[in-house]
Amino acid sequence: MINKLVISNLGHRPVRTALSVLAIAVEVTMILTLVGVSYGTLDSTSERARGVGADIVIRPPGSSIIGLSTAPLPDSLVTLVSKQPHVAQAIGTVVLPLSGFDSITGLNIEEFTKMSGGFHYLAGGPFQSDQDILIDEYYAKEKHLKVGDQLKLANHDWRVSGIFESGKLARICAPISVLQEAMGSPHHLSQIYLKADDPAHVQEVLSELHTLLPGYPVYSMEEFTSLLSINSVGLLRNFIGVVIGISVVVGFIVVFMAMYTAVLERTREVGILKAVGASPRFILDLLIRETLLLSVLGSLVGIILTYATQWLMKHAVPSSLTQETVYLWWPIAGAIAIVGSLLGVIVPAIKAMRQDATEALTYE
Amino acid sequence: MSETPIIQVRDLYKTYRAGDVDVHALQGANLEVQRGEFVAIVGPSGSGKSTLFNILGALTPPTSGTVLIDGKDLARLSNAERSTMRKFLVGFVFQKYNLLPTLTAEDNIRIVQYIGNQATNFTPEFREVLNILGIADRLKHKPRALSGGQQQRVAIARAIVNHPAILLADEPTGNLDSQNSAAVLGLLTDLNRRLGQTILMITHDPEAASSASRQVHMRDGRVL
Repeated sequence: MINKLVISNLGHRPVRTALSVLAIAVEVTMILTLVGVSYGTLDSTSERARGVGADIVIRPPGSSIIGLSTAPLPDSLVTLVSKQPHVAQAIGTVVLPLSGFDSITGLNIEEFTKMSGGFHYLAGGPFQSDQDILIDEYYAKEKHLKVGDQLKLANHDWRVSGIFESGKLARICAPISVLQEAMGSPHHLSQIYLKADDPAHVQEVLSELHTLLPGYPVYSMEEFTSLLSINSVGLLRNFIGVVIGISVVVGFIVVFMAMYTAVLERTREVGILKAVGASPRFILDLLIRETLLLSVLGSLVGIILTYATQWLMKHAVPSSLTQETVYLWWPIAGAIAIVGSLLGVIVPAIKAMRQDATEALTYE
Repeated sequence: MSETPIIQVRDLYKTYRAGDVDVHALQGANLEVQRGEFVAIVGPSGSGKSTLFNILGALTPPTSGTVLIDGKDLARLSNAERSTMRKFLVGFVFQKYNLLPTLTAEDNIRIVQYIGNQATNFTPEFREVLNILGIADRLKHKPRALSGGQQQRVAIARAIVNHPAILLADEPTGNLDSQNSAAVLGLLTDLNRRLGQTILMITHDPEAASSASRQVHMRDGRVL
C-alpha cells in the first residue's frame, strides 16, 4: 500500500518527477561516460601496443605509462639493445602529440612490418615519399579523408598514402626521420620495441636490460598493457574521483530541491497521514521510498543515455575517444546516485517528520 | 450509571503560545461521554472546541489534566505513543474532508488500514457500510472527481474502517450544502444507531447539533 502511495505521489507531479529522474540520469551518465571513455581509451591503446608484435617496451626514464611528449632516447640505444642475447629485433618510434587526444607516430615502415607483420591496408599502401602519412580507418572516417588527400598536421603538409585497419601501434603514422626533424630531435626516439628470439627468453632479456639500462622503465608487453588501467593512471583516477564527487553533490541538490518542495507542498497530506496514525518513521519510510524510486529510475535512464553518448562518440569522434560499456560500473554509478539522493532527502524528511499534525492540517 | 464512560476529561487545561501571547484555550474543562453516545459540542469561536478536539484526537497533548479514552490516559503519552493511539482509538472527520488527493477513494481508506497494521481488504460488513454511505460505486475515483458530499462520506468510511473507540467530527457539514449536510448528518446518526459508534461532533450549527443525542456547550475554555 505504501508503494502505491509512493507511485501515486510521484505520478501526481509528472514534470517534477521527470526532471528529477533526468537530472539523476545525467549524473549517472556523466560517471558511466567518463569511466567508459577511460576504459575504452586505455584498452584501445593497449590493443594497439600489442599489435606491434613486440615482447618488450623500453620507455624514457621518468615517463608516465600513457602519453609521450618528447624523444629523449638516443637511437644508438636500438643498436645497443639489439645486440643483446636473445633479441631478435629492436625498433624505435617517435611520438609527436597533436591537439586533443591525437598524436603522430614516426616509424621505419620496413622494420615495423618485419616486427608486426605490417599494416592491413584498407586503401592505398605504405609511404612513397617523405610527405606521405598513414592513417587508420577511424581517423579517416572522423576527418573524412581518403588516399591522396592532403592534410596539415604539426605545421607540415602531408599526403595520405594509405588507410590501414586499426589495431596496430597508432592511428597516424609518418616516416620516422621526417618526424624527428619536425620535432627537432634527429636521431632520438620516444620508445623502443624489442622482439625476443623466443617468448621463453623474454624474462631473461628483461633482466639483462634492467642491468644494462638502470633507471629506464623496461616492461614486458604483458606488464605494459596491464599497467594501462585506471588504477595505474593517477590522473584518470583522480579525475573520476572528482566527477563522482560532483555527481554526489548534483544528486544531493536535485533530490533536496525536489523533496523539499514536495514536503512543503504536501504539508497538509503529512498532517492527514499523522492524524490517521502514521508515525514519523512511516513518513520517513515514504520519502525514502520516493527517493529510491527516483534514484533507480534515474540510474536506468542514465544507463540508457550512456548508450547515446557512446553512439555519439563513435560517430562524431571515432579516432579520438573510444567509449566502452563497463557493466561493472552500472551498480557503482547507481549506488553513487542513490547515496547522493539519500543525502538530499535527509533535511526534507526531518522537516516532514517534525511537522506538527494540527498545524499541518490547517495548512492551505 | 454502572458503565465506565468511554471519554473522561477531568480538569483539562491547554495553554499555547501565539507569538508573544499565552492563549489559555482550555481552562478546566470536564466532560464525560458514554459508549455509544452521539454528542455535539457547541460553542462560539474561541470557546476551546477545536483544542478539545485536538486533545481528544491525540493530536496534541494537554498542558494539564486527565483525558481517558477507553481507559487510556492520553495526557501521559509521548508523541510516538499518541501516534499509535490514533491508529485505533480515534477516527477523524474534518470539515475539509482531508483526503489524500493522489489516492483513489478506496486507497484513501486502505492506507488507514495499512497504517493501522490491518489487512487492506474490505470485509463484507464494511462493504455494507460503504453501501450505506452510498459510495460503493465511487471507490475507484480520486477525490477531485468526487463531490463534497461524496468526499465527506469517504472520509467517514476512512474514519471508521479500523473500528475506533470514538469518531471525532470537526464541523463535518461546514463545507456542504444543505442537502449534503442533511445526508452526512443522517449517516452519522445511522452509524451511531446501527453500529453503536460513539461520535463526538464539534459544530456551531444548531441544526447539525440537533442530530446528536446530547449537546454539550463550551465557552471560554470550559464545558458548561
